[in-house]
Amino acid sequence: MTHASVDVLVIGGGNAGLCAAIAARRAGASVHVVEAAPKFYRGGNTRHTRNMRCAHDSATEILSGPYTEAEFYEDLLRVTQGNTNEDLARLMIRESKDILNWIVDQGVRWQPSLGGTLSLGRTNSFFLGGGRAMLNALYLTAEKLGVTFAYDSEVVDLELEGGYCRAAIIKQPDGSQRIEAKAVVAAAGGFEANIDWLKEAWGPSAENFLIRGTPYNRGTLLKMLIDKGVAEVGDPTQCHAVAIDARAPKFDGGIITRLDCVVFGIVVNNRAERFYDEGEDIWPKRYAIWGRLVAQQPDQIAYILFDAPSLNLFMPSLFPPIEAPTIPALAEKLGLDSAGLEATVSAFNTAVRPGTFDDKVLDDCRTEGLTPPKSHWARKIETAPFYAYPVRPGITFTYLGVRVDGDARMQMADGKAAENLFAAGEIMAGNVLGRGYAAGIGMTIGSVFGRIAGREAASHARQ
Amino acid sequence: MHASDALTEADRLMTVCNSCRYCEGLCAVFPAMEMRRSFGDGDLNYLANLCHACGACYVDCQFSPPHEFNVNVPKTLAIVRAESWELYAWPGFLAGLFRRNGVAIALITAISVAAFLFLFMRAGDVAMVIPADAPASFYRIMPHNVMAGLFGGAFAFALLALVMSLRNFWLDIGEPVTTLAAPKPLWQAIRDASTLRYLDGGGVGCFNADERPDDRRRFYHHLTFYGFLLCFAATSVGTLYHYLLGREAPYPLWDLPVVLGTLGGVGLIVGPIGLARAKRQRLPDMVDKSRSGMDVAFILMLVLTSVSGLALLALRSTPAMSGLLALHLGIVFALFVTLPYSRFVHGLYRFAALVRYAREREVHR
Repeated sequence: MTHASVDVLVIGGGNAGLCAAIAARRAGASVHVVEAAPKFYRGGNTRHTRNMRCAHDSATEILSGPYTEAEFYEDLLRVTQGNTNEDLARLMIRESKDILNWIVDQGVRWQPSLGGTLSLGRTNSFFLGGGRAMLNALYLTAEKLGVTFAYDSEVVDLELEGGYCRAAIIKQPDGSQRIEAKAVVAAAGGFEANIDWLKEAWGPSAENFLIRGTPYNRGTLLKMLIDKGVAEVGDPTQCHAVAIDARAPKFDGGIITRLDCVVFGIVVNNRAERFYDEGEDIWPKRYAIWGRLVAQQPDQIAYILFDAPSLNLFMPSLFPPIEAPTIPALAEKLGLDSAGLEATVSAFNTAVRPGTFDDKVLDDCRTEGLTPPKSHWARKIETAPFYAYPVRPGITFTYLGVRVDGDARMQMADGKAAENLFAAGEIMAGNVLGRGYAAGIGMTIGSVFGRIAGREAASHARQ
Repeated sequence: MHASDALTEADRLMTVCNSCRYCEGLCAVFPAMEMRRSFGDGDLNYLANLCHACGACYVDCQFSPPHEFNVNVPKTLAIVRAESWELYAWPGFLAGLFRRNGVAIALITAISVAAFLFLFMRAGDVAMVIPADAPASFYRIMPHNVMAGLFGGAFAFALLALVMSLRNFWLDIGEPVTTLAAPKPLWQAIRDASTLRYLDGGGVGCFNADERPDDRRRFYHHLTFYGFLLCFAATSVGTLYHYLLGREAPYPLWDLPVVLGTLGGVGLIVGPIGLARAKRQRLPDMVDKSRSGMDVAFILMLVLTSVSGLALLALRSTPAMSGLLALHLGIVFALFVTLPYSRFVHGLYRFAALVRYAREREVHR
């Protein structure tokens, strides 16, 4: 075992970790970042992100209008259904205004909202080149400032007692290292890639979940912190899940396996039965419930069915839809009961009322006398060829985290504040985001609390 | 089905990229891609020639290798691009010159230089002993009309071959001829090409093996391109002097053809050498190494043209003049006749692709 010491040790090299590292280094501390992934996969789920939600009082070059602190807070209350810590939430929103400029000073570049994301043009700033471009810029800035990095370096133990962390033990391909630190920032993400842990909450069905992001968010550090007396926050059984293409790889399929076509057709399970109102609300407001809905179906699989007129109404995705000239032929390709699928489709078609189709608003195309109903955008599925996408639950992130205060300082289960332990990013997101999600909030939490954690850790290291 | 493996791979990548779109702010390729849902060979050849190979999309991509999706847009488009140049070459039987391009161009140059030397020696025991500082001594070695005829012919051939190749490209991408006559896209493309707008990696420059992007390639390309234009201008002014004013070369050092040629010549030495160096510093994963011979050959031809021209200028009053003249004329002749089958064509197709892109942007707005 080799030995080293540093003022501030940052565990995790994503958005939150890098913001912490840069802030701590700018405050004068020596900083070392350990990243569990190999270099290419550095940065956890930040690699897959594309934007950040920040409050701003007026339009900017890339944002189409103001997004006030009050409006941001209302949006947060709505998506979390009140499951948030108001003080921390308001602090985050206040700081997000400045982060919009601070992050640019760290080399990150913005661009207007991407094609197909017009609904976010006012509230969210997009990274030019996406999340990995953002990460590359942060790494380059940190490196120029003198921050050091180690990849393939997983924390396997913490010398943590009574809220004071003396050192961390790091496992590396060529041996292990003990790093003493005056302060530690935990920014190592959630546990969504730890299938065994997911099974504790979901049972065996979690085996059939796909992980949309990094395979390295195994929650090792989170579990270690909780086991060593840090207070937890957020529901351990909850995760953010959407329905993604079932043909996606088990890990790291990212954005390109998402499907935005539920509202244009019907969704059936492997018994060829519908199970939820596909047209309940506009898609961005409902896409996050479908992961859970599919998870509750037999074998955790479902099929989105639609016909020719809908083919080009939504963003393309990685895999082409499965295509057939008739509904029974499609059923055969999907391995579903032909008669059953035909019955479901014809029952749906019979229930469709005439209306004027408009996918931009809650239109009047709906079913009548059907259970479950389809409340909007219901059009008969009758024009060949017919198409289907198989979908499975895709886990984006988990909610369980460590409790922090406004200085990003961890709180112990006994109610005391930790002495030199700070947290930022997904590992503490549950403080602000108790449930639900709104686009770009994860990155806001990462950058805002990362900067605070870095600043506070450096200040602690100086004392 | 696509005509080649590279096109098949490019189709796969564009499907991946079109479902992601994170790169749409980086350059022209991705917005052009977003205007389509499926990609035929012509579409892919268009996108490949639109790509400036800055590399930003490779280092920004969460799916680049070693990720299993194996997304390598710059390299794949580089291969498609080079293959497309063969496809468009006119006359078609000369397309093979693109393959083993370095060898081909070296051979043609050597033959051309040797031919000029041979011609000069035949023409003269007389010519070789003429005092070099005698007025119009170039043309005592080779009469002006012969020289103009020879190079006019070579230039006309190159021009014809380039125009016919461009026509093949334009037909392949399925763009109406009228687009080339529309003033707005043309003007937009001139602006984008003359500033190398899309060689800036989305703002920070090209991406290198050391992970520190910089703008060197754009800088050296400007030196090369504008150096080339200045040399061309020097020749044009010289021709006008000759026919309109009856003033014959060699011109005094302060005169326009010499000044333009010297400035351009310096650009054509520093630029290509800088480009060659910058090229070596690029991230190797995204470079199509199988065709580096073509790049080296073109860079070398530009440098040789310039070095031999400047040497001729410096030593035109010495006995070395006639030998240098043969060398310079041989190189320039070879440069001209190989132009349609060299790296030079990238500029032609890229400019045409930019015109089309500007037109598409208008329509889609």
